[in-house]
Amino acid sequence: VKRSLDTAAQVLVPAALVVAVGIGSTLVSSANEIYFLDALVSVAIVVALYVFIGNSGVLSFGQISFVAVGAFAAGVMTIPLDSKTGVLPQLFPILRDHTIGNIASLLLAAAVGGLFAFLVGLPLMRLSGLAAGIATFAVLEITHNVLREWTKIGPGATTLALVPETTQALQATVGALVAIAVAFAYQRSRFGRMLRATREDAAAARGVGVSVHRERVLAFTVSGALAGFAGGLLVHELGSITTEQVYLELTFLTLAMLVVGGASSLWGAVLGALTVSGLSSFLAEAEQGVDIGATLDLPSGTRLIILGSIMALVLIVRPSGLTGGRELRLRR
Amino acid sequence: MTSGLLAALDAQTIVDATGLGAVYALMAVGIGLVFGVLRLVNFAYGQLVMVGAYTLAFTAAWPVAASIAACFVVVVALSMVMERAVFRPLRGESPAVMLVTTFAIAFVLQAAALLVDIRDDTIGEIATSIASFNEPITLGGLEVRKITIASVVAAAVALGLLALLLTRTTAGLHMRAAAADFGTARLLGVNANHVIGLAVFLSGILAAAVAVILTVQNPFVGPDFALRETIVVLVGVVVGGIDRLWTATLGGFAIGFATGVINGVLPTDKSVYLPSLVFALVIVVLLLRPGGLFAWGRQTAVERM
Repeated sequence: VKRSLDTAAQVLVPAALVVAVGIGSTLVSSANEIYFLDALVSVAIVVALYVFIGNSGVLSFGQISFVAVGAFAAGVMTIPLDSKTGVLPQLFPILRDHTIGNIASLLLAAAVGGLFAFLVGLPLMRLSGLAAGIATFAVLEITHNVLREWTKIGPGATTLALVPETTQALQATVGALVAIAVAFAYQRSRFGRMLRATREDAAAARGVGVSVHRERVLAFTVSGALAGFAGGLLVHELGSITTEQVYLELTFLTLAMLVVGGASSLWGAVLGALTVSGLSSFLAEAEQGVDIGATLDLPSGTRLIILGSIMALVLIVRPSGLTGGRELRLRR
Repeated sequence: MTSGLLAALDAQTIVDATGLGAVYALMAVGIGLVFGVLRLVNFAYGQLVMVGAYTLAFTAAWPVAASIAACFVVVVALSMVMERAVFRPLRGESPAVMLVTTFAIAFVLQAAALLVDIRDDTIGEIATSIASFNEPITLGGLEVRKITIASVVAAAVALGLLALLLTRTTAGLHMRAAAADFGTARLLGVNANHVIGLAVFLSGILAAAVAVILTVQNPFVGPDFALRETIVVLVGVVVGGIDRLWTATLGGFAIGFATGVINGVLPTDKSVYLPSLVFALVIVVLLLRPGGLFAWGRQTAVERM
């Protein structure tokens, strides 16, 4: 009984936290609501990263590519038809003349992200260590370059605007919950367990018949689909997006969230995303002047300095992250 | 006549590409030295260069020699502080943790630069005092900027001195031993702090030299100064083979040289997909030779970290 309680807590506590943030977003002023939505979308992205990086132990800088293709797929396909020909005249006719609904666009984003990740993963998952890091980074560079230049599939270097802002409290919360549920189901499945075995000792896992390559490709694909889905949530939250918003800075920020929380547990991914994103929002407010007993008014620009210093400090003091890379356990 | 122009262009391109390759090789050595002893990929290396460039900009009114000296002092000092405050507590941690920590440090330094910078309502400072080195001189029909010569000479001298240090001195022997197997080296009496301190010191000197060269080429200094270069050099270092200093250096030079040649040969309107081609090539090389393009011996695709 205790073990099944523990198991339930591993997924229910992060989920409860996400729901609390979702409810919180409806209680605050509309100016502050964006911070809560940001936090929830960050959870979805970081959980997607976790599915591959956390379970396999292989560092990837490429997952934001899948967020990017998901965001642009969902964005381009949901712009209303009457304005689409005007703002994106060079699109392929099939993209230009069709529009799909909100939920369909999220599923499309997941499908595109997953397919792209599968195709990329087939060759790349043969690599480990720094070679894997650099090769996945190369994928990010290529994705960014193509999205930025090819105006037949998207807005190119200009801003993709007029995307319906459907990621409000409900969609952000449910989206983050879906990501958590998929990640949890994957890590409890035999595939997830086999991949985690390769993380701990690749030679031993191979010795008992686990195909490292196959398990990594599977996790990479699941992670890519979740990342694409999260990209769909992101574009519907912002209403407009450029290729620069789903590139280096987002890669570093989400990786930092994952590592600060503790890369090898789902709990760490969720906690890291919420903590770092909450702190970042608080500091952004403090730059405007915020009242916490006394008035705190930071000069603008200090946000990144404090945020970076805290990240570095956490990693120096607790290199395995806030959670120590462990799942949540009930007190015994 | 067209062919003559093309030939001249080619020679010109090769001269410029060599200059770029030399700068990237210097950065590659700086990154490779620290990786050798600490197994740490220092992403914040570009921010060391950026701080050096700001030092040059803020001391632009000083005599040139004093300004350059200040740049070396500040960069080396910052490099040593980084080692003491960040690298030392992280020794022995996983590569991912070390890399992400240096991301965070890079963030902090970049944000600090922005904060210092926007006080006078401008983003970016101009380092005027050393810009005169950017003037070209004509050598046998080729326009060669003085700084291109200087960077090639600086790279050659720095690499030569480093080779002497590593192969002819006790400190160099210790450093090579530590890079080969740190645990055994320590058992045999190599002082870890001395070896790491020396590597970080040398890498700081190289960062300062790169700061001077890059600032001469582009006197407009902003918070993201040298960021792009660092990323490209990191890619080059891994593609070349980060486990050995020479292969890492060659990788840095190769990616700089290749970038320079391709930039010079392709007209601008056709080169928009160039980054894709370069990075696709990077992926192919990594798949075929995951241990490095210039590394010797058999390589298998799946390797242990």
